[in-house]
Amino acid sequence: MPTRAHLIGGLMFLVAAAAAPVLPDWIASLVTIALANALVVLGLIVLWRAGLVSFGQALYYCIGAYTVALLARWTGFTDAVGLVLLGGIGAGIVAALVGALLARYREIFFAMLSLALSMILYGVLVKTESLGSTDGFTVATPTFFGYPLHGQTLGLFLYWLTLVVDAIAAVLVSAYFRCVVGALAAPIRDNEIRVEFLGVSVSGIIHAKVVIAGVLGGLGGALAALSIGHVDPNMAYWTTSGSFVFVTILAGAGSVAAAFIGSLVFEAVRSIAFDVMPSLWQMTLGSVLLLTILFLPEGLGSLAGRLHLRSGQK
Amino acid sequence: MMASRNGPILSVQNLEKTFGSLVAARDITISVPAEQTIGVIGANGAGKTTFINMITGHLTPTRGSIFFEDREITGKPSREITRLGISRSFQVAQVFPTLNVFDNMCIAAAIARRKRGLIGGITTPVHSSAAVAEAEAAIDLFQIRRYRDTPASTLPQGVRKLLDIGMAVVGSPRLLLLDEPTSGISIEEKFDLMSVVMSALKSRKITVLFVEHDMEIVARFADRVLAFYDGTVIADGTPHDTLDNPRVQEFISGVRLKPTAAGMGHA
Amino acid sequence: MLLTLFAILTDGLVYAAYLFIVAIGLTLIFGVMKILNVTHGSFYAFGAYAAATAVGIYANSDLPAALGFLFMVGLAMAVGMVMGLVLERGILRLVYGRDEVIVVLVTYAVFLILEDVIVLIWGPRSYAAYQPMVAAGNTEIGDLVLSNYDLILVAIAGGLAAITYWALKFTRYGRLLATVIFDRETAAAFGINVTLVYTVTFIIGAVLGAAAGAIMAPKIAITLGIGVEVIVLAFAVVAIGGMGSIEGALIGALIVGICRAAAVHLFPQIELFVIYGVMALVLIVRPYGLFVRAQPRKI
Repeated sequence: MPTRAHLIGGLMFLVAAAAAPVLPDWIASLVTIALANALVVLGLIVLWRAGLVSFGQALYYCIGAYTVALLARWTGFTDAVGLVLLGGIGAGIVAALVGALLARYREIFFAMLSLALSMILYGVLVKTESLGSTDGFTVATPTFFGYPLHGQTLGLFLYWLTLVVDAIAAVLVSAYFRCVVGALAAPIRDNEIRVEFLGVSVSGIIHAKVVIAGVLGGLGGALAALSIGHVDPNMAYWTTSGSFVFVTILAGAGSVAAAFIGSLVFEAVRSIAFDVMPSLWQMTLGSVLLLTILFLPEGLGSLAGRLHLRSGQK
Repeated sequence: MMASRNGPILSVQNLEKTFGSLVAARDITISVPAEQTIGVIGANGAGKTTFINMITGHLTPTRGSIFFEDREITGKPSREITRLGISRSFQVAQVFPTLNVFDNMCIAAAIARRKRGLIGGITTPVHSSAAVAEAEAAIDLFQIRRYRDTPASTLPQGVRKLLDIGMAVVGSPRLLLLDEPTSGISIEEKFDLMSVVMSALKSRKITVLFVEHDMEIVARFADRVLAFYDGTVIADGTPHDTLDNPRVQEFISGVRLKPTAAGMGHA
Repeated sequence: MLLTLFAILTDGLVYAAYLFIVAIGLTLIFGVMKILNVTHGSFYAFGAYAAATAVGIYANSDLPAALGFLFMVGLAMAVGMVMGLVLERGILRLVYGRDEVIVVLVTYAVFLILEDVIVLIWGPRSYAAYQPMVAAGNTEIGDLVLSNYDLILVAIAGGLAAITYWALKFTRYGRLLATVIFDRETAAAFGINVTLVYTVTFIIGAVLGAAAGAIMAPKIAITLGIGVEVIVLAFAVVAIGGMGSIEGALIGALIVGICRAAAVHLFPQIELFVIYGVMALVLIVRPYGLFVRAQPRKI
């Protein structure tokens, strides 16, 4: 039963896909990166709705990225779709393992433990020569269904691939929010004890959310790795996690669309700030974040979300 | 609908619970026929909450057994016991403050209706027509329709309690444990609240155990009274007999005065 | 072998001193205000840069090195005091009462802004402030050469620990603080001016953070981004010890210091993430840190 949100989303998808060939290169690649990062933000939204903030999503982002880079380098497997899927799966496996642990924590302690885990990965990568140490290494050129592509065509296909992955993720996560398990996010955030007394295992649900966010993070990292063409340990550093949380605040957790809108706005602001005042771009970002928190507490998504106030379906 | 049973809906035998050297409950043997309404009285620390927690599965008895509808439930995890048909409400109403009354009820109904397992949780929609219908029915049953779209955080205390109990009822439990349903409610409103609750529960044919400190409430609404003292049951009978029992008066209720006008007015 | 052990101990102690000095301001602010203050990194950075400026001013005069050291730290502390006051009264108080995580993000936003303020004030170049360290000289114990400045560091850390412990336990203000740490609502109910306590605490935390930066300045390259790494390190120490616990920060710093020194000498590959590994391990066993007990459930 398609809702208005679905129709608008579908329309945007088609417009974005069709616009690709006519967009200037730098915009297309900016959008691709933004959409890849949007997946990580979507994962954060899934957690945020249950009252959890992770300061360590960079862990999965980095795992997704390095999985792609290492597989391409060590096994010669370069199929883009396959690599992205494997990136997501790799991150998902790690999320399944650490999720059991993380599900026991809440609030600031959940945030801190997730931070610690991502910094452990950072430390390992920096010190490991065979994994490129601080410089990281380049990602081999991906192929699509056996065909090697280059230059603008490659950029185009990566753009479309990212768009498709985003669309699928958006549909699946929306469906998740409408089912019982997904809709329990707000009740868990509000009164976890009551949810337990209604007969539900809260830690099981949170574990699942960590895995979902992990897979999304991995997919995002994999797509980013293919687009940027390079991976390095900084992808696991706490400032990377911080920027994802930043986007989540900017976007608001009100809807699935918020992840994409927020990410695009963030990339745009970051690029403009870099261009116009390269030595003050952090100040610009920081100010935007501060102003958003102070004056737009529900994020940008709340502006769009007001259109959907009565529907109850996201 | 359940056919009327021959055996008791709840049967507890020689139940005991110790925490280290502290004996919180001992020698509790009770048989509860279906659809009975039982008032549980006793001072704080007498063992009432321990007793309730053992039935709902949040505490495992050190000794003894609990049978629900002829099935042994001793030591089973609370999630399973909820699924089997035992529910509870809370002394401090436990609701979801950012959701409105309808959403609170709907979530409770959807949880109760979900199929087993992880896959079950994923395939059941939250706003299914069945869950919605049950939520609306419960809202009418507890007479809180005018608050349907009000956020739970802004509800008056009495309505919060009704919502709390309503959420325990949408899962169609056959046994409901109410923990001090009128605590925090003003004296003028207590009787009205209990009337609504009791007629709602009776219409659903739910067996009720309610913990209360207000003896007038107990006298008015209970078919039977269990009096707890020092971890065990010291009296078990009709409200009249139990509340006139000298031991009960000594340890729990004090000497019973003549029924008050308030009590008489709610026949 | 014995030499290695001794080296591990001394290195560990020095690193522990560094961690403790850096973390104590953070744990104080968290304990009292329940805020995980990312801006702490900025206080540290500003302290270090201020120290560089101070050393620059001082180097041309003929006054003794010890005075130079005091001037350096003093200037940094003054900077910290101003920053703390402005930030707490100007920005933080706008978000009190909101979700903890939101407040953390506000401090993160301020941190980002301040990173570029540093560039505005001091420019993108690096600075050095090694003069106090050089002036302190070295001590030789057998084959080992120890920098006296490192020993001073350890002494300062020990002194700080002692002073804070004494202040919290035996001064009126310290006991007020301990009460607010324990339960803010009850403290307010007893008539304690929690708003004032918050402001003063934040300023103290800022001063300590800036002092840490100044003290460490002679040992590091004062350049952009020094605040970034310090934040996570301080967080890790505070998380290990338990939020708001001074003893915890001390023990946490010692554990991490020794572990890291051992790693550097014995397993260099794990050096960088040893601290986070310890943090993860501690959080797994004691989610609230070593010295803080879980809050009882309030239902």
